[in-house]
Amino acid sequence: MISAITPTPVWYLILAALLFSIGAVGVLVRRNPLVMFMCIELMLNAVNLSFVAMAKALGDIGGQTTVFFVLVVAAAEVVVGLGIIVSILRKRPDATADDLAELKG
Amino acid sequence: MQLFVFICAALMILIGAVGVIVRSHPVHAALSLVLTLFGVAVLFVAQDAHFLAAVQVIVYAGAIVVLFLFVIMLLGVDRAESLRIDPVKVQRPLAVIVGLGLFGLIGGAILEGRKTLIRRGTGLETATEVSHDSNIKQLANDLFSNHVFAFEVTSVLLVIAVVGTVLLARRPGKSGAVASAEELASSATAGKPS
Repeated sequence: MISAITPTPVWYLILAALLFSIGAVGVLVRRNPLVMFMCIELMLNAVNLSFVAMAKALGDIGGQTTVFFVLVVAAAEVVVGLGIIVSILRKRPDATADDLAELKG
Repeated sequence: MQLFVFICAALMILIGAVGVIVRSHPVHAALSLVLTLFGVAVLFVAQDAHFLAAVQVIVYAGAIVVLFLFVIMLLGVDRAESLRIDPVKVQRPLAVIVGLGLFGLIGGAILEGRKTLIRRGTGLETATEVSHDSNIKQLANDLFSNHVFAFEVTSVLLVIAVVGTVLLARRPGKSGAVASAEELASSATAGKPS
């Protein structure tokens, strides 16, 4: 009966879409650059989830390989992004995303 | 059983994701992010992506979130941000509308295209009694045969990221990092005779 229902790939994709939308809303509403960065991680994870669901649904390992590369790029992106955020926040500890316009020379 | 796992993991993911965007304290947001990442790892296991689930836990929950927490603690920005201040009057409602619209668009596209989700590859190998590491083997075969060039380029990307971060995070001298490197060299040569 209810345990016989197995989640189809569409469920996973809808969940990934929901996660992506939440991350997008977070980037739009939050003003702390660190939290905006975390929301970008949420969106990356949503994409990873849909890649893995596609790999399972299509029977193709290529989706999982892509997720591997996304993980590497995400790690590099976090390292560089946090470096930039550290160098901004070191000057002004309470800087928000609104203040970043002052970066222009 | 699969349904139960899916519902639990989906709840973890959604609660964590909402926690990231509504908690005013950055440390709480980072810990909510851990909840989401673990939920995604559980769904990876449910989808026969065992290697990626392990990497997800190690790299994301282990390294990236720790890096976030480290930066939060290092900079001392671990105080609650007041969420009452709304810089642009209609930004919050507009953002929610944009999010709902985005979800509607993606969901509509998924439901519209679900007929094309037909198995066409060779299929994923699942763990059996004989070989427990078939997922890793299949992933490695694909990675080191079809995508070996991209894999090599990845190493260049990581080196660039490391060098760039060292340049960014170093305390710059009077006019940037290059000047400070020259200063360092000149002070080294100046220091030699004395």
